[in-house]
Amino acid sequence: MIAEIGHYALVLALALALIQAVVPLVGARIKDPVMMSVAGPTALAQLAFVGLSFAALTTLYVISDFSVVNVFENSHSAKPLSYKISGVWGNHEGSMLLWALILALFGALVALFGRNLPPTLRANVLAVQSFIAVAFEFFILATSNPFARLAQPPFEGRDLNPVLQDIGLAVHPPLLYLGYVGFSISFSFAVAALIEGRIDAAWARWVRPWTLAAWMFLTLGIAMGSYWAYYELGWGGWWFWDPVENASLMPWIAGTALLHSALVMEKRNALKVWTVLLAILTFSLSLLGTFLVRSGVLTSVHTFATDPTRGVFILAILIFFIGGSLALYAWRAPSLKQGGLFAPISREGALVLNNLLLTTACATVFVGTLYPLALEALTGDKISVGPPFFNATFGPLFLPLMIAMPFGPLLAWKRGDLLGAAQRLTLAFAVALIAMATVFAIEWGGPVLAPFLIGVAVFAMIGALIDLKERIQLFHQPFAVSLRRLVGLPRSAIGTAIAHFGLGVCLLGIACEANYGAERILSMKAGQTVSIRGYDLTFDNLVSRAGPNYRELVARFTVRSGGTTIGVLDPSKRTFQARNSSTTEAALLTRGFSQIYLSLGDVSDDGSVAIRLYHKPLVLLIWLGSVVMVFGGAMSLSDRRLRIGAPRVARRRNLQPAE
Amino acid sequence: MRRLALVIGAALLLHATPSRAVQPDEVLPDAMLEQRARHLSRELRCMVCQNQSIDDSDAPLARDLRLLVRERLKAGDSDQQVLDFLTVRYGDFVLLRPPLNWRTALLWGMPLGTLIVGGVVAFITVRRHRRNSSTEGSANHAMPLTLDEEARIAALLQKAPDQPPAR
Repeated sequence: MIAEIGHYALVLALALALIQAVVPLVGARIKDPVMMSVAGPTALAQLAFVGLSFAALTTLYVISDFSVVNVFENSHSAKPLSYKISGVWGNHEGSMLLWALILALFGALVALFGRNLPPTLRANVLAVQSFIAVAFEFFILATSNPFARLAQPPFEGRDLNPVLQDIGLAVHPPLLYLGYVGFSISFSFAVAALIEGRIDAAWARWVRPWTLAAWMFLTLGIAMGSYWAYYELGWGGWWFWDPVENASLMPWIAGTALLHSALVMEKRNALKVWTVLLAILTFSLSLLGTFLVRSGVLTSVHTFATDPTRGVFILAILIFFIGGSLALYAWRAPSLKQGGLFAPISREGALVLNNLLLTTACATVFVGTLYPLALEALTGDKISVGPPFFNATFGPLFLPLMIAMPFGPLLAWKRGDLLGAAQRLTLAFAVALIAMATVFAIEWGGPVLAPFLIGVAVFAMIGALIDLKERIQLFHQPFAVSLRRLVGLPRSAIGTAIAHFGLGVCLLGIACEANYGAERILSMKAGQTVSIRGYDLTFDNLVSRAGPNYRELVARFTVRSGGTTIGVLDPSKRTFQARNSSTTEAALLTRGFSQIYLSLGDVSDDGSVAIRLYHKPLVLLIWLGSVVMVFGGAMSLSDRRLRIGAPRVARRRNLQPAE
Repeated sequence: MRRLALVIGAALLLHATPSRAVQPDEVLPDAMLEQRARHLSRELRCMVCQNQSIDDSDAPLARDLRLLVRERLKAGDSDQQVLDFLTVRYGDFVLLRPPLNWRTALLWGMPLGTLIVGGVVAFITVRRHRRNSSTEGSANHAMPLTLDEEARIAALLQKAPDQPPAR
């Protein structure tokens, strides 16, 4: 019964989506306020029905109803409750339903918070949003029904892929989808603007918070996924340039570019045509990401769906939305008037450079990811494009960006003073040079490029702080005045500095981890000791334990530094009976921002174990930097200038009695 | 007989616990040579895996390739000779860094090409825009308001005096 309710709710949601896609669009065309106002309530009702459908599937998982194929294939009655719930989106059908749910959520949010939008724009945005909903809900119902029943229900489920039974899976896909789908709002706004044929700074002010929110979720989602791969896959890597990772990186880069170009549009009314194109491209890349992962066109570590009929369906969706929006763009964009003028050396100029480098980086990842597929399809030749290619091309594009980054906020709008900005960055140059020299001296004979990378990271970090310092005139004014200025500073300015600082932190972590890590691969017997970077690890014993739905072999290591015990590491190998598969659980010991990483290999008959031991200096900064970036985004999102375009909220506030 | 049982037991154990990437018994005693081997391993694709280097992969083929790389290095090959040796046997597919040739020219040329073309387009667009606007005056990029917006502005202007300023 629950399954049927879920299925029926989804059918109703599709019907609502069809209404929401067509009626407001026609209404906006013929300027009929009643037809246009249909959009709001249908968007809310759509959320209710997709939500009901999702709740039904979740309930089926929680009560382990194995008469439903999807539950049977991906769940097990002995699985902990949290993994029963996260298992809902740990498979193709469920994850597509999550996609549709988040899409409906964003649509409803626009309907709720968009009451102050011009009515035609609001109607068009919600209609475009609903077109996407129609496509995805129809896709789910036609090819990926999560509510299909089994004629003869089995007693027990097949369990979820053990690698996915992790807190990382519970959080990673929803965050990623919040990011992917969040960009649908910017897309809908862009297409709506093209349909209307007008676009202005208010549009950018509307789009920016949505883009920022989506960008924050995507940043967190990617960072989370990277940390998950780091501790779960067991070989200590955190980024593999896997096509599926690239699929999430591309919308992130494009989204970052969009954030910056929307800023120019909001402040200076320039770069309009480009911003609209970026908004379309960003969501197109999100769709492409979904396509790459879901269609099975690249069968890789992450792919749990390999069914060509779905692939063709998603390809049709891709062609319709990407092709359609780009055609609309080609038709209508020339009618959009360009605004504000600026000199090449200016804040706008710096942001154009930012966009140029980011777009090129994005194109590099795009071509690198799809080139082998295209070449094989066209000529039959098979080549591999792997990490060495991306490191060799992506790095040289990102480093100039990092070097230019501190200059941008120090340049004035319209016409900037590059020399003045450089003078104000003197301290950052000096500290970066000292850092470079110090690292070079300490690690004499080590990697040549690494000190340079660390120098760039330090320059970016100090540069971001100098931006803040200049704005509050620290050391130029009495401290109290500076403090007052800091409080009065627009939150978005503080957010910019924080986010830029975070990117520097991230690069510092990457540079140190990639170049100064230590590794030991060896076989150990109980009682033996191994040393790495001043830490001594003693292998104490090997024990077998039972978990809720697995058995594990745990090796216990005591870690000592200079004779004193500082911790215990117990890496394990888990065997899951239901699928007869196993996972490696690495053990981590955090010291400051560095980590000792221990992963278990084969266990021989004589009781010796193969281990991989790493010391990863400052590795945590990679993810910490990402979190700092997201914090900067949150700070910027709380800026009142992003909310001030919302008169309804202000009116409500005025109606409240004074206390 | 006992020996056979042991082998089967080991095989079962191996099945239950897949071996992990580089194994201790593969590591060469010569640290310099081992470092070169590891470096080369990261450039080579595990042909039966999806996007994994032989350094990361636990597939038996990857192990064979790792041992082969070490064998060639011990025999005195240079890094390039090892890569060439493997390319002859397995084709370009084995290289994670695709070699530069006519088939990959677009791939390798794309980043710099995009940067240059994009830079030139951006520069020309900004310059032309500046020149056009400075000759035609600044009035041409003022946005006309729709009737709707005019009405809203009028309404707001009328309402403004009785309302406290929005915070």
